[in-house]
Amino acid sequence: MEVLIAFIAMLAIALIVGILLLVCSHFFFVAENPLKTEIRECLPGINCGACGFRGCDDYAAALVEGGVKPNLCIPGAQSVADEIGKILDIKVEPLKDVVAFVSCNGNCDATFKIAKYDGVKSCFAASMIYGGPNACRFSCLGFGDCANACPSNAICMTDSIARIDTTRCLGCGICANTCPKHIINMIPQKTETVVMCSNTQKGGDARKACKNACIGCKKCEKICPNGAISVSNNLATIDYIKCTNCQACVNECPTGCLKTVSFPDRLNEVSIIE
Amino acid sequence: MESFKILIVILLSSVFVDNYVLSRFLGICPFLGVSEKKDQAVGMGVSVTLVMLIATAVTWPIQYFILNAFHLEYLQNIVFILIIASLVQILEILLKKFLPSLHKGLGVYLPLITTNCAVLGVTINNINDGYNFLESMISSLGCGLGFLLAMILFSGLRSRIDNTNIPAPFKGLGATLIAASFISLAFMGFSGIIEKIFA
Repeated sequence: MEVLIAFIAMLAIALIVGILLLVCSHFFFVAENPLKTEIRECLPGINCGACGFRGCDDYAAALVEGGVKPNLCIPGAQSVADEIGKILDIKVEPLKDVVAFVSCNGNCDATFKIAKYDGVKSCFAASMIYGGPNACRFSCLGFGDCANACPSNAICMTDSIARIDTTRCLGCGICANTCPKHIINMIPQKTETVVMCSNTQKGGDARKACKNACIGCKKCEKICPNGAISVSNNLATIDYIKCTNCQACVNECPTGCLKTVSFPDRLNEVSIIE
Repeated sequence: MESFKILIVILLSSVFVDNYVLSRFLGICPFLGVSEKKDQAVGMGVSVTLVMLIATAVTWPIQYFILNAFHLEYLQNIVFILIIASLVQILEILLKKFLPSLHKGLGVYLPLITTNCAVLGVTINNINDGYNFLESMISSLGCGLGFLLAMILFSGLRSRIDNTNIPAPFKGLGATLIAASFISLAFMGFSGIIEKIFA
């Protein structure tokens, strides 16, 4: 009998409270700004943080309040920026479609290890011990910190170098921030010429560490008809605004660290790994 | 006059002597978690005070008119938790509707209070101490103000800690906890004072 009373009392209290909550949430429902809901729906909803806000909700709220550019969503790219622009009735600057690229070609044929590393299988940990076991201090360590960080599973290790599958790359830049060697760069997807090296050592030292390294010979700088390549710190860098993909530098490069590539378009439906 | 004196004693002793954070060690996690900035600390303190008052106003009648009447005192904990959690939810809905600015100000702190043990502690202790309704309310007000006081004091202290060069082993939570223990020790000095003043 006592149990029954306890049961009924508990049930009654819970019921009253529940009904009260229901009534409150029904009658005092506050409609969010419909614009915000609309914007939130066209954002990808993966909360990658590439826009600089805490998540898609935060970005949508900031957009409604105004003063924020609509083209900050990198995974959503141009289509999302256009949609947001349409909803808010503001002009959208064209957005550069970027993909992540690992500037290293130090595969097992080209370079070697100077130490044996038995520690935690993480680039971050390895890089803290004298910059890691690789002969080249600027090379990919190959433990896959970037692959673990990638929200769309676009990175896999090939020949102990991280390679990015641009059909899956969202361009969010999380891997670029994760890499302890800072050798992942965000480059325009349309480009066809890349520098596959990050070594800033002098030519001889770089060459000793890796056969594929950029030795800073400046041949590419001289041959480039558009002045798009500059060699600073013994490393060639391409200015993608000036580059016309003429491939003159690729044919000139003695070590083959300038390469012709093509980045296939992103697939429309990229599943996000939660 | 006598009853008024009792209320004053209850208020002051719950602010200073039996401070919930510093001498009963309840509600430590918001005390450590949201005391980094002063305005956040004040927001949290005000929300806790508000919720404590409302929770007491609801749980006291429930204890005396439902639980005691049916001899269900053993359900006290679970019923109070249920009621406090839903009260906070209702409060949040109402604030969002009628006082959006305050809702924005309190922000994330309101849902956090749902499971704040200081609130549950206040409601249960009011019953255990045998307070009547008015005394319970005054006691809750005092406890809330005591929480607010502790938060403000501690946020001030933490901003000083941030600007000092602390030896590496004590950095972060270590120094924070040591500082908290010093404030707690300081508050022990209040014990006995209130009773003596009104004796």
